[in-house]
Amino acid sequence: MNMSLRRLMTIVKKEFIHIKRDKASLGMAIMMPIVFIMLFGYAVNTDVENIKIAVMDTDHTVQSRELVSKFKNSDYFCPDVYVKSTKELEKLIDNGDVKAGIIIPSGFSKKIKTGKNPQMQLIIDGTDPTIARTALQNGMMLTEMYSVKIQEKELIKKGLNNNKSKNIDVRTRVWYNPNLESTKFTIPGLIGLIMQNITVMLTAFSLVREKENGTLELLIVTPIKSAELILGKMIPYIFIGSIDFLIALFFGSYLFQVPIEGSLFLLIVLGFGFVICSLAIGMLISTIAQNQAQAMQMTIFFILPSVLLSGFIFPMEAMPKLIQSAGYFIPLTYFLKILRGIILKGIGLNYLWKEVIILFNFGMILLIFASIRFKKKLD
Amino acid sequence: MNGEVAIITENITKKFGEFTAVDKLNIKIPKGSIYGLLGPNGAGKSTAIRMFCGVLTPTEGKGEVFGLDVYKDAEKIKQNIGYMSQKFSLYEDLTVIENLNFYADIYSIPKKVKNERIEDIINMAGLNGREKNITKTLSGGWKQRLALGCCLMHKPRLLILDEPTAAVDPVSRRIFWQIIYKLAKQGITILVTTHYMDEAESCDEVAFIFGGKIIGKGNPKKIIEEKNAKNLEDVFIKYVEEQTGEKVQSSFDKIKFIQS
Repeated sequence: MNMSLRRLMTIVKKEFIHIKRDKASLGMAIMMPIVFIMLFGYAVNTDVENIKIAVMDTDHTVQSRELVSKFKNSDYFCPDVYVKSTKELEKLIDNGDVKAGIIIPSGFSKKIKTGKNPQMQLIIDGTDPTIARTALQNGMMLTEMYSVKIQEKELIKKGLNNNKSKNIDVRTRVWYNPNLESTKFTIPGLIGLIMQNITVMLTAFSLVREKENGTLELLIVTPIKSAELILGKMIPYIFIGSIDFLIALFFGSYLFQVPIEGSLFLLIVLGFGFVICSLAIGMLISTIAQNQAQAMQMTIFFILPSVLLSGFIFPMEAMPKLIQSAGYFIPLTYFLKILRGIILKGIGLNYLWKEVIILFNFGMILLIFASIRFKKKLD
Repeated sequence: MNGEVAIITENITKKFGEFTAVDKLNIKIPKGSIYGLLGPNGAGKSTAIRMFCGVLTPTEGKGEVFGLDVYKDAEKIKQNIGYMSQKFSLYEDLTVIENLNFYADIYSIPKKVKNERIEDIINMAGLNGREKNITKTLSGGWKQRLALGCCLMHKPRLLILDEPTAAVDPVSRRIFWQIIYKLAKQGITILVTTHYMDEAESCDEVAFIFGGKIIGKGNPKKIIEEKNAKNLEDVFIKYVEEQTGEKVQSSFDKIKFIQS
């Protein structure tokens, strides 16, 4: 197949004119990464803070108030609602005003003073497991810390100062994201996801639009080769897609303070590769779809599962094997590994070569497949 | 096959699933002639034409364009033909000159002659001074002549026109046909589909298609004589009546609810 550079450049030029004349679409393509990064960056956040909590304190002592203030002083709880009965508490949880409640029974401080085991109750609304888990873990931790403190006080009183319990001393060290901020995890993923969605859409309509307008019929009777047409239509979008990638990368990293630990150059080069890969997916959709409505449906059919299957939010390890393997057919899965690897871990090609090779092959196969699928025929 | 024919087919057939759009069509178009393909809507004219252009692959039968096989040599055929589809299909958001440049470059017209040809086409289409207009804003007649110009860009030996005058006014129609006659005089073979019987009467030869089949062909004047008709329109209607076994008449009587 002898490609003609002149014909290829003619298509490229024509596509650039289309883009230039359609200012609204161009504006959308540039604004989308900015808006999406801001919208999703703030929305996709699994760090739960300020859980509204109701307090039923029937003890009314210094100790019970001290326990409540421990909850208040942590960033996780907001114990601003005081109730007098369990019924009242139940009602608040039922209608969702509070997500948890603590009940401190009378005699709480008496039991502390007399050296008995004091009791309290933590009630949690389990409908949202993320909130419930945070409330449970932190509620337990806070009360445990408080009871250790009381025990120590008691021991000091009794003059048994040195009798500290002998626990295993665990020194934890969390790498790459020491504060376990969820934005550090979601932002790189978000950059990949946004890139995929924008670029797939850019090309998904390019051929079908010509099919619908009838201009393709005229192109078919010219000597244009299908590879020239496919490639020529992609080149302007590679350009736009790469600009989108830089915008998403800049806003994601800058607004959400996610520094890029690894090589920026490598990241940009691989991002460029991913743009080509997902543009090829869009192009393939464009060769299959008969009209623009179908192209839209196919794009959604591809994009929605890829959000979940690529490991963007939910870890692939938690999925059944079959679902997991479906994720391996989505280029985004590999690009997310690359993004997180370079941005968070600061690793380079020596660790990521496998993902890079797979992504490269994906791009090539998709492009060749799209070129073959596009026959210069209407039947 | 014959060296003096532009298109020759033998039982060429196109099926879309169960539906047979073109049924065993036999056609022979001499070089340099103006050949009219006539028939009601949905008769299979466009499908037949698209097979000659290499846009559709025939389901069965044989077909040759300038001795080139429609199955194997579709790409070579494309270099020899200019095709104007039913719908205006230049890029509407490009300017006149951008469209012309596009087709000149797609056909790899040598740089030396490119500007000359583009200038000629602009003159032919009467688009002087409108080179930088967005094509969408042009009137029907101009669009049509520009489209014709684009498909003449590579000097094709055969011009295939699918209802070229369906969307233009009588003046533009007249101008268009004058251009067609002159092109034929240059030796370019012209295959045209049309509904206009006055246009059909000025063809060298016509073929009537109905239900995917040819139901009559020959020189327009001879057909009129043979059928003992006033004009081609009468012939057309007689043919349709023969085929359907029904009189072509007003079906007004059928909408009883409107008659008091």
